[in-house]
Amino acid sequence: MFPYDKYLRRDKFPHIWCTGCGCGIVLKALLRAIERSKIPKDDVAIVSGIGCSSRTPGYLDFNTLHTTHGRAIAFATGLKLAKRKLKVIVVTGDGDATAIGGNHFIHAARRNLDMTVIIYNNYIYGMTGGQVSPTTPAGKRSTTSPHGNVEPAFDISGLAIAAGAPFVARTTCYHAVQLDKYINKGIMKKGFSVVEVLTPCPTYYARPNRLGNAVEMLEWYKNNSIQIEVARNTSDEEKAGKITIGILHDSDRPEFCDVYSQLSARVREANKE
Amino acid sequence: MIVARTGNEAMAEAMRQINPDVVAAYPITPATEVVQLFSTFVHDGTVSTQFVPAESEHSAISACVGASSAGARVMTSTSSQGLALMHEILFIAAGLRLPIVICLVNRSLSSPINIHCDHSDSLASRDSGWIQIFTENTQEAYDTTLMAVKIAEKALLPAMVTTDGFIISHGMERVELVGDAEVPKFLGERKAKTSLLDVDNPITLGALDLQDYFFEHKRSEIDAMNHVLPIIDEVQKEFGKKFGRNYNTVDEYKMDDAEVAILAMGSTGGTGKVAVDRLREQGKKVGLIRCRVYRPFPKGAMLKAVSKVKVLGIMDRADTMSTLGGHLYNECRSILYDSEERPIMKNYIYGLGGRDISIEEIEDIYAELFNIQKSGEVDKEIVYYGVRGE
Repeated sequence: MFPYDKYLRRDKFPHIWCTGCGCGIVLKALLRAIERSKIPKDDVAIVSGIGCSSRTPGYLDFNTLHTTHGRAIAFATGLKLAKRKLKVIVVTGDGDATAIGGNHFIHAARRNLDMTVIIYNNYIYGMTGGQVSPTTPAGKRSTTSPHGNVEPAFDISGLAIAAGAPFVARTTCYHAVQLDKYINKGIMKKGFSVVEVLTPCPTYYARPNRLGNAVEMLEWYKNNSIQIEVARNTSDEEKAGKITIGILHDSDRPEFCDVYSQLSARVREANKE
Repeated sequence: MIVARTGNEAMAEAMRQINPDVVAAYPITPATEVVQLFSTFVHDGTVSTQFVPAESEHSAISACVGASSAGARVMTSTSSQGLALMHEILFIAAGLRLPIVICLVNRSLSSPINIHCDHSDSLASRDSGWIQIFTENTQEAYDTTLMAVKIAEKALLPAMVTTDGFIISHGMERVELVGDAEVPKFLGERKAKTSLLDVDNPITLGALDLQDYFFEHKRSEIDAMNHVLPIIDEVQKEFGKKFGRNYNTVDEYKMDDAEVAILAMGSTGGTGKVAVDRLREQGKKVGLIRCRVYRPFPKGAMLKAVSKVKVLGIMDRADTMSTLGGHLYNECRSILYDSEERPIMKNYIYGLGGRDISIEEIEDIYAELFNIQKSGEVDKEIVYYGVRGE
């Protein structure tokens, strides 16, 4: 049995998430990923914004910071720059990271600051009752698009890659084992790493869209996702409507703290002369 | 028509009847429902509003400013952090003299994170140039939302109507609705003097305005605020005449022969009135004053009300963080400076983060006010009521 208790604030339970919510699956995967990384608890800081996903750190026994809506990455940026030895992990949602906090997300990726951002993508604002979000697929229903969303959706991973994130992976709550592997890779990666995880919201997303219960949603993920290695050799027709999962992007480029340190060392050296 | 509605539902109904041209909003607890319900009216075609589900409150109020500049009738709804995020644009809406109306559900500002009621959010926007009206119950929230559109458009200033988070926003009450056809008749159409869409008469809004004319423009905005109270009185009178429910800028309850009184805002007014009734049954001469219109501050009506009693307990659901107590307390001390006779005042900061205030607690406060009346002295001017360690 995996020693989850070691990382939990047991007195904060029971949690607030709905039955069948994917947040718990991500929470456990995150703990397995941290355990595998062998990073001591006190060297980890977990930062969140506002929303269902962002309740995660409340249950976790690390250095934790619960911030305001959309600003988790901005707070985490300050934290990382002030205390570089900390392993900074941001847990956030699709609304938090790509709507109200979209700007911080793309700029942190551009800057390539060393942190891992786990984005729980449930296609709606769950905490406030299922309103349309930037990742609600076009045509899908939410409480503020009761006859279908008229706007196109963001591809979070695509956005991260385009903005310069050197490590981007996507998976789903059905692929729980893969999930902790990707989170671990993100943690071990030096630079801005993004793990997008599709999480079921049976309460607010499944109901208006008639997607069934939590188990059926997980089955939907299973049947409608395609591993990137397979996707590369599959025709566009065959993979239409399917979600590509896997490590979508893995590259290396200079990390912000390193670049910054080198610059300040250079300036100091020059001033000495 | 008499219906059962929560505060949020009642505000959404008012918005349906107002049928604004544009609504732009972003979800936030506990105000989300107002616009969420309204969005179903949009999607069902019950209203002809352009609805913008924006990516943040900052964007939502910015879209409102754009639409209002084009001459549209514009509304939105938010709360707490949402209003704080709008802060920058609040001043712009007022400075550009745009009559936008916000249905604001009062909720504490972070930190610590809290979703329940106090008045720190709207009071933090006190100086933004918005008209602020605090309501006591669902009926008043509904009525005031209708009136606020007319007041804002007459004054050419934006207005926020507030309800206490969860207490009013989620509490279901009996509400008397005005007939659907009556609302457009009462409000008329917004006739903006200028419009960004008037291509024959192009205008510039929000331009750089430095030492040369900024002060004059700001002075005219301040002057506009000076003229708001008569407009509110007029609209309230018209509303009362048409629909039978009468409102004042300052709500006095059993004040005529009162010896001691409490001054409060929001739903505590209602709780306090029950306490007043109970104490009156015991023959105690107590009254209650409720500050309904907070911005502009109704100096005349407030002076008249507070001058009636010997001892006044001022209940503030927020602190100014100035070491000088709450907002109402400071305003009242300020307006009383020139008065010959001043009541003895004591400030009770209460209910932060949604901590409940009961009828019994308000009765206790009245008992303390009678003790002050007897001794003629206040031991401690500012107290934090109902908090551990006081």
